[in-house]
Order: sequence, then C-alpha cells, then structure tokens
Amino acid sequence: MVLGGKSQQLLSKIATNDKHGENSPYFDGWKAYDRNPFHPTNNPQGVIQMGLAENQLCFDLIEEWIRNNPKASICTPEGLHQFRNIANFQDYHGLQEFRNAMANFMSKVRGGRVRFDPERILMSGGATGANELIMFCLADPGDAFMIPTPFYPGFVRDLCWRTGMQLIPVHSDSSNNFKITREALEAAYKKAKEDNINVKGLIITNPSNPLGTTLDKDTLKSLVSFTNEKNIHLVCDEIYAATVFSSPNYVSVAEVIQEVEHCKRELIHVIYSLSKDMGFPGFRVGIVYSFNDEVVNCGRKMSSFGLVSSQTQHMLASMLSDENFVTRFLKENSRRLEKRHDKFMKGLEEVNITRFPSNAGLFCWMNLKSLLKEPTFEDELKLWRVIIHEVKLNVSPGSSFNCSEPGWFRVCFANMDDETVDIALNRIRAFVGRETKKPLGMKRWQPNLSLSFSSRMFDETAVMSPHSPIPTSPLVRAT
Amino acid sequence: MRLLSTKATCNSHGQDSSYFLGWQEYEKNPYDEVHNPKGIIQMGLAENQLSFDLLESWLEKNPDVAGFKRDGKSIFRELGLFQDYHGLPSFKKALVDFMAEIRGNKVTFDPNHIVLTAGATSANETLMFCLAEQGEAFLLPTPYYPGFDRDLKWRTGAEIVPIQCRSSNNFQITEPALREAYEEARKRNLRVKGVLVTNPSNPLGTTMSRSELNLLVDFIKEKNNMHLISDEIYSGTVFSSPGFVSVMEILKERNDVADEVWDRVHVVYSLSKDLGLPGFRVGAIYSENDTVVAAATKMSSFGLVSSQTQYLLSAMLGDKKFRRNYTAENQRRLKRRHRMLVSGLQKAGISCLESNAGLFCWVDMRHLLHSNTFEAEMELWKKIVYKVGLNISPGSSCHCTEPGWFRVCFANMSEDTLGLAMKRFKAFVAESTCTQRTSPLFSNKRKSLTKWVFRLSSRDHHREQEER
Repeated sequence: MVLGGKSQQLLSKIATNDKHGENSPYFDGWKAYDRNPFHPTNNPQGVIQMGLAENQLCFDLIEEWIRNNPKASICTPEGLHQFRNIANFQDYHGLQEFRNAMANFMSKVRGGRVRFDPERILMSGGATGANELIMFCLADPGDAFMIPTPFYPGFVRDLCWRTGMQLIPVHSDSSNNFKITREALEAAYKKAKEDNINVKGLIITNPSNPLGTTLDKDTLKSLVSFTNEKNIHLVCDEIYAATVFSSPNYVSVAEVIQEVEHCKRELIHVIYSLSKDMGFPGFRVGIVYSFNDEVVNCGRKMSSFGLVSSQTQHMLASMLSDENFVTRFLKENSRRLEKRHDKFMKGLEEVNITRFPSNAGLFCWMNLKSLLKEPTFEDELKLWRVIIHEVKLNVSPGSSFNCSEPGWFRVCFANMDDETVDIALNRIRAFVGRETKKPLGMKRWQPNLSLSFSSRMFDETAVMSPHSPIPTSPLVRAT
Repeated sequence: MRLLSTKATCNSHGQDSSYFLGWQEYEKNPYDEVHNPKGIIQMGLAENQLSFDLLESWLEKNPDVAGFKRDGKSIFRELGLFQDYHGLPSFKKALVDFMAEIRGNKVTFDPNHIVLTAGATSANETLMFCLAEQGEAFLLPTPYYPGFDRDLKWRTGAEIVPIQCRSSNNFQITEPALREAYEEARKRNLRVKGVLVTNPSNPLGTTMSRSELNLLVDFIKEKNNMHLISDEIYSGTVFSSPGFVSVMEILKERNDVADEVWDRVHVVYSLSKDLGLPGFRVGAIYSENDTVVAAATKMSSFGLVSSQTQYLLSAMLGDKKFRRNYTAENQRRLKRRHRMLVSGLQKAGISCLESNAGLFCWVDMRHLLHSNTFEAEMELWKKIVYKVGLNISPGSSCHCTEPGWFRVCFANMSEDTLGLAMKRFKAFVAESTCTQRTSPLFSNKRKSLTKWVFRLSSRDHHREQEER
C-alpha cells in the first residue's frame, strides 16, 4: 500500500514508498503468532514461532559470566567508578578495548586462522545498520549489487531502501545444491551490463541464511577471483560464523584472501554482528570490517548514525577478552546447536521430510515439495497458510527468500526450549501423516479461505524483518 | 568506474575543514592539572559533566538494574533478545514523562508517538530521510551546530539554506530574514520543505521567544507541505529566565487542536546533553504525524538504542523523585558555571550574548579582531588555541554571518580548570591590548601568525564537530 497523494508531497518518497518491505503478505505468519502465541501452560494450542532466527541456547553461560564479573557493568558497585568515563564516551572510533576484544573474538571464531586489525573495525547499529552503511560507502543510487538466491528478505530494506541501490538476484536451485556457480554469476553480470545497470559488487552470506551451509574454499576463491576480475566489490555477511556446528569447517573470506595471488584486498569487506553468534540482538552490535582504507575512513564517520552504546561496548570488551570464557562459549554453543539440529532433523526424517543438509545456522531449509499439489509458488503460499493456521507453526516460505523453486521452507529451531521442539515435531508429524495417508491427487489441505494474490507476489520485496511491527516480547507485555 | 560511492569520496561529512586543527592540537597537547598544566584546555566540547555524581549515587541505591534484574529475577535473556523497534514501553513512558516535566507539564507526550534512535545525530538524519530528498532544502537560522551539515545533508541529499541572523537583535529570527532565506532557496532551485531550529540554541545558549516560535508556525502554515523541526536536546539545561517554551506549547496555545499543522511539527530529543550521557546513544523523534512515526520507526532499525541501555534508563528516569531532583540540581550547577564564565570573561573585558541555557556561551570578541573579517577571526582563533591554550569554536564554523563570535563551553571541565581558563583569557587580553599600542611588534606577531592562516571563504566551510 503506497500512501496517497497528500502524504507523498508532504513527505519524502522514501517515507511513503513500499521499499521497507513490511507491507508484504508474509506478515500473516507474524500476525497469526501474535494473536495466538504458543505457551506451554497458558496456551498449548497456540502458534509456535519458528520464523525467528534467534539463538536462545546459551544465555545461561552469559548470565553466569555476568554474575561472576560485576566489574564489566558500569552500574555495579565494582564497576561504578567507570560510569562517568563510559557514559561520556561517544568517540566514533569506539572504545579501544572493545575493538581489541572484537578483533580477538572474530579471530577465535575463525579458529585463529586469521587476524583482524582493531583499527579496521567500525561499529554500526546491528548487522542491519552495517549492511546499509557499507552500501552507502560503495554504491550510488541506481547502482546494483548481485546477490545469490535464496537470501535473507531483510536485505531488500537494509541494502536498498534509503540507499537507492538495487539488487540483481543470481539464481541457484536444488539441482546443484544451490551452489553459486561462476556461470550464473557471469550470466547475471553480462545481462546487467546489457541492461545498462552499473554493477558495483556481489554480496553473499556465509554461512548462508536460509540454507544453513558454509561455502567451501574453492567456491570462495572463485568468488574472490570473479569480483577481482570485474573490479567490483565483494561483501561477505558472516554474522552466522560461530553457529557452525559440524564439518566442513568454517572458511571465512578473510582466510581466503590470504591465499589468493595478487588479491585486490581493497575490494573485500566483511559484515559481522553478535546477534546470532552470541544471541543478543537487543544490544545492537554490528561491525563493518573493510580491507579498504578509504571505506574505513568514510565508514567510521558514517558510524555516527548508529554507534554501539558505550555501556554495551564496555561490557563486551570485558566479556570477549576473557579467553577462557570465549573458548568455552564457542565450543558449547556449537555443541548445543548441533544437538538441537540433530534432534530436529531426526524428527523430520521420521516423517520422510527431507531438508537441505546443513552444518551451520539457527534453522533448516525444509523440503516440502511433496506436499505441493502443483510445483508453483501459488501452491507454496497456500501450503504456508495451512501450516500457519492449521498446523500452527510460523515458518518462512522459500518465496520470501526469493528462492527460484517452490516448496522450500525455512524453519528455525534455536529460539525455543526442547519441549517446544518436541511439540512442534509432533505437529509436523501429525500433519504430514494425515497428508501421506490421503490417496494420491487428493490433498486435504485445501484452504477454506479464498486467497487472492497475484502470482508475481514473490517478486515483491518480501520481508520478514526481525524488527517486526508486532511486539512479541514479554518485556512488552509485562508493562 | 568510480570504486566507491559519491558519498564516500566527497567531503560533505564536513570533517576535512581546517577547523579540526583545534581538535588535533588539543589531542596532541591536552591540559592536565598535574601532568600537563600548560596544555590546551578543551572548551570546544558541549558536554555536561557536572552531575555524574547524582547518577552514580542513584545507581548505588538501585543495584537490581545493574545486574539485569527486575524484582530480583534475571531478565537478561529478555533484554538480550529485545530488538523491537517500537522500543521498551517502560523506557518510552519514562522518557515522555521526563520530557513533559522539563516543559513544566504544560504539554504531554504520547509514548506511541516517540521513535527511539541512536542519538540525536541519527534522529535528525532519520527525520530528514522522511521529510526531504535531493533537490529539497531546510532553512536553518545561523549560527547553527556544525554537525548539521553532516546529519541533515550527507546521506540524504537534502540541502541547508541559512536564515541569516544578526547580533543587532541578539540573533533572533526575523520575518524578513526568513523570507530572504526562502527566496534564496528558490533562486537555487531548491524546494523548501521546512525550517529546523535548535531550541534552546546551540551555539547561542538562548531559548527562543514566543514571538519567534509563532512566526515560524505562521510561516509553515502559510506554505504548503512545509515542516518545522524543533531540536530540543538542550531543553533540560535551561537554568534561568525566561523559561523554556517548546514549540508544542505554542501549538497548544494557539488552540488549533484540529489543525493539520500538528502533522508538520516534529521534535527531536536526546539524553546526551540534559543527562550527560552521549555515550549511550539515546535519541528520540516525537511527531503527531502517524506516517512520519511509522516511517521513522522502520528506519530506526538502522540505529536502535541498546536494550541494555533502555532498561537502565527506564528505571532511572522512571524514578520520579530522582529525575526532579536531578533536573533542579543540574540546572543550579549549570547556572553557577555559566555565571563563573560570564564574570571571568567580563574581567577580561569580554562580553557574552546574554543566555539562559546550554552548556556554553556565545562570546563576543569582535573588538579583538584586527579587521572585521573571517580571516581575522581565524587568526584570533589560532592565537587562542596555540598561544593561549584554549580550544574554543570559531563562529564561522557555525556559519555565523558576523566575524568575531566564539562558542566557549563551560560544563565539560572542573571548576578549577575553568578558573584557569579565565585567567588565561585575562592575561591574553591584557597582552593584546599592550601589543596593539606598539605596532611593529604587533605586525611582527601578525606575520608569524599568517603562516597558520588557511585560505577560507566565509561560505565554503565544511565544518564538523564530533560532539556538539
């Protein structure tokens, strides 16, 4: 819904257009959850939230650390003497100890195989802010970035809304395991040139959201050489780096550039955040790490628009420089994610639901093609609405991720406790069980509601933003 | 093909100006009572360091907040996960109550119309993104905060056209000046989307009068599609009469409850100046315009306030007794400091614009210029930085139309340091007066200074200041 004439003249185009992506029909899932949220005792029949990629598995470790380290807070008796210095500190370079700790942490997450320079670390308002910031530095309005599908829906807002940039999807599909091929990149690049679009770079997410997989070294090298060759930027969103729970081991682009001959480092940039790896998206810790000096310089000035609260910087400087804690946390985090992942996978396997094999992330990429009447996006959405309203699980349909083939769904598993996982699996089992018992050709789940939407819906900016317009936090309800 | 964006390679961020010399010199040679008593005293930083002890003592009495606890129970998990861009309701409620109290409870604010942002820097930019774009401009009275050049123009593409204000009427906004600015914008082919004022003013330290505010509301009512943004981040620093009158009070007084002008007036707030917490990045936009609130809320995703900080401040500001006590005591201390600066400068034969708010004074040193030019102002400024050892802000960096005015901060140092600064001023003026009488010496001094003078035109300034 684009607002009427009056608003359009009074306000800017950005304020009145749709490019924030929140008017998409995919918010049905959020609305259904919010109207009827699952609670083990108060509302056991409610909708279970499986559309939120949150990591809730390791809070106890962090809480324990906070309890044992009162100095890390500027509000405790032990830390109060730091209060005024920290409260007063708004230097956009960020606290030195915070940057040192972040560089150290990022290195540890990558097994110590690469070192990060604290002077290149820029702060921003979460990965959301970081992604927008890097685009403001690299692209002008009208320029384009290539992006492999499927991709995180929020990118449309983060990379394009206020920057005026556009995205060129580079499609992959299950026939070759959603690999990003050189051919696909070349073809997309060529087409863009023919259409007179100025391609400034390629952006990838590694580990991938929504696939939950890590890129192998050869693929990464080929991405580096492709972008180097075309003299365009390579932005690597590595916010799930510490959620890798099984082999193959994680390879960061920062490692690869050490191995590529004559690598044009000034074209490489990394986006990081603590929202997924550590599980505190509320603290808004986003990082832009660039190998390009000019970008670091300019980006630092831009970070004024989204600095990390000095209170948070101070706490994290302490936490992340605690070597023992970090080692223990990373190990335990992986272990718990693996356990949760395996439990969920087993449950799906029991009803012959296949999923894309994954070794990272907070979700799995579930294959429900067999439940589609026709292999169309229309049917995918119909199935999705049934899953929300009848099975009562909020999952994310592949079309919202710009997936090129229908039938895939992203299901999050790290944002709930074990019991809820069991309940979710039971519901899935019951639903699939009902479906598979039906004679072929007759699917039970014909929705009662008439759904009217165009088949081009999946081309729209489909966003399921974590910053949902619908408050769901107990902190909101509590007040 | 250019490798980076235009924004990355231009200097609209304003930080390349030679004005930064002062900052750099301070960094190289910072005053320290013990270790570097001859160093440069920082008087260019509009920070409020006077009342930390009040905040600290509150924290001592409220240990639960420190440990992420509420009623003894840990809420770390909920806070860690809380990224809802609507903000923590308890924090917004405390914030609007605080804002209402600062305005003597003559106006109230609806927490559903507040958008939280990462500091006023982000609030101002976000509002610009919502209200203006390339080819459009906002009118700003001069002198104004140098950071606006970055915050309002850099990434948004919008323009600023100055409303020239003069010392002859204490830099108040007049109707002819307003209209002249509007015409100037039209000549430059810019569509004017509104006026932005800072009230209380930075750098003047004065509160806007009712007549000025009414003039502005009349003006935007007269034109179509024009907004009025009132940056009220210093509203809690008003320490003497006349009191603070917010634009919201004016709107209420005009009794135009159903008037659509309510949709075009927006307030910016922050806790960086009033509470002295710039590091926490707490800014806010307040608007009765639902579309603006909706758009700005989505945009706030790019710079939300840390949930940890929201929680701490919701408890602190939610403590009614504390915030009343704090506000009163803070203002009392500011008044004292202000008086100290004004009388200290008076003893040096330097006067200030009469002011009743802010963390600084607008100081008149026109009589110390050897000519009524900005070059002379720069010369004087460099003398004060290098020879006198005081980093103050030249009026040209604030786009002032008249040379010779300087902003001098008084709330970011100890009383002793301020005392020392006053002594240095006095000594400097005494010396200058002596030197002026013996011209060969004076012209020698002038020659040795000119090597420091950079070529600056009064219009072509890119000014920046990290902190206001």
